[in-house]
Amino acid sequence: MTRTILNCGYVPLVDSAPLIVAKELGFAAEEGLELNLVAQPSWSATRDMLALGHLDFAHMLSPMPVAMSLGYGGLAGEIDALMVLSVNGTVFGISSTLADTLRAADVALRFGQADHILPALGALGIAHLRIGIPFHYSMHRLLLEYWLQGQGDLSGLKIEIVTIPPPRMADAVEDGDIDAFWVGEPWGSAAVARGAAELVLPGNAVWAFAPEKVLAARHEWVESHKDEVRRLLRALEPAMRWLDTPGNKPLAVEILARSEHLNIAPELIDPAISGMLTPALGAPPVPVERFLLFHQHAAHFPWRSQAAWIATRLGAPAKGIAAAKRCFRSDMYRDALGPTGVDLPGASEKVEGSMRHATAVASSRGHMILGPDAFFDGKLFDFDAGK
Amino acid sequence: MNRDLSILVVEADPQKARDIIDALVEAGWSDVHALAQTAGLEREIKTRQPDIVLIDVANPDRDMLEHLSLASDSKSRAVAMFVDRSDEDLTQAALAAGVSAYVVDGLQMNRIKSVLETAIARFQILRQLQSELDAAKRALEDRKMLDRAKGILMRQRGVSEDEAYQLLRKTAMDQGRKVIDVAQALVTASDLLS
Repeated sequence: MTRTILNCGYVPLVDSAPLIVAKELGFAAEEGLELNLVAQPSWSATRDMLALGHLDFAHMLSPMPVAMSLGYGGLAGEIDALMVLSVNGTVFGISSTLADTLRAADVALRFGQADHILPALGALGIAHLRIGIPFHYSMHRLLLEYWLQGQGDLSGLKIEIVTIPPPRMADAVEDGDIDAFWVGEPWGSAAVARGAAELVLPGNAVWAFAPEKVLAARHEWVESHKDEVRRLLRALEPAMRWLDTPGNKPLAVEILARSEHLNIAPELIDPAISGMLTPALGAPPVPVERFLLFHQHAAHFPWRSQAAWIATRLGAPAKGIAAAKRCFRSDMYRDALGPTGVDLPGASEKVEGSMRHATAVASSRGHMILGPDAFFDGKLFDFDAGK
Repeated sequence: MNRDLSILVVEADPQKARDIIDALVEAGWSDVHALAQTAGLEREIKTRQPDIVLIDVANPDRDMLEHLSLASDSKSRAVAMFVDRSDEDLTQAALAAGVSAYVVDGLQMNRIKSVLETAIARFQILRQLQSELDAAKRALEDRKMLDRAKGILMRQRGVSEDEAYQLLRKTAMDQGRKVIDVAQALVTASDLLS
């Protein structure tokens, strides 16, 4: 059988694992697909190459298809998110210099607890904080801004959010160009290993179930290549199941570390995959539950309510939010994976933030367990209720 | 034609930056500057207020530049990525040549177009030169590898240089591989065994 070649753009990060595993372990070949994985130098380049038809689909930050479909940012285009490729997996870190300053003033630092940090800065005479993120249209920025809004009165503190390419995040924090960062792995752990930064929060402390990367494709391409799309989703689903199986994790780390993929030391990939994060150089690793999910709790299901949350945070009007929901293609996901026996949730939207614990919900095969999806401030996001 | 635009070229390679500037100056633009150190990008844009920023499509700092243009306050002029949907050929040509342009709001299309066309032409030449350079480098490395493989055969099998080459060639043909791949395998195996 001749295989269909699909050109796939990705940014070499730990969460590009589903695409790499689907190719390397033969899940794509089983569906008659040959994945031509093309590493991209930036998110801007990924967007341009996809929008202008040089890529068939791409590993993208979850707000990107929404922003592009709504015409925000550099290049607009009707882009669909076919599947969520990863949930969570980012970290918030501060420079070692700032960490030392805080400790010298008796401000305790414990990974996972950060609500006391910003209010403490005023007393230390710190009035300006520069925070690095990887891209303007990223879950990193949305989570950071959401968290900042819940930090009480910060009127004495000028916060500046700047973009730094993730591989340079450690340099930037070491050079004093930025005081803190919100970044995806392995770049948080890389900054810690260099002694340049300390981690203060895993991303899921702000939103317990944040769609981080999605599988994106042009809407028009999806509509005219449904067979390829179905096969692609059917190749990725078992790859993601494989990734979330504990016994496979050491091999996953080894595959990702290879020179043709992430080309980085396995020790820097392991924290995200194992969920054991080292918050500071020399500190013992801390287990973080659901640090990065590929398959568990229906992680890859593209909830339309997730798109609504993203669009709302991007400041879209009601019409834009409705358009954003349409670009998270839960219909295509059901169409591709339903016939293969994958368990499907009964609804395609949920009240985001309502689950403080893992919760059983109705599904096509009886019931499925969804993971906690609470926001740090306990608020609920129910777009439809606001109508 | 009006050529009073302020153009900023973001390029780390000084030779390449020089080439692009020369091409623009030759074509009549005089206010052209290059920036190699991306750490100063933010300041440079604020002080120079360029009308057009040219940057390699593959430069990771594009993400930084885009953020600056999106997050800029009302006092500074917004710089947005230049995409002309009515002239898809121009956009595709820019992408193929490896150049992306960010332009200040409200700039006339025909003024941008001539800058971009000049930049595209120069980027194409540079890309061509780069690929020729890469090919020459690869050829040199291949030659060195082949010489090492021949040397191994000449020593181990006591054959002439020509016979050593014929042996490599025959093996490659029999196995449906390239001569250079057979040579590479032989050198690797020999390194492991010695």
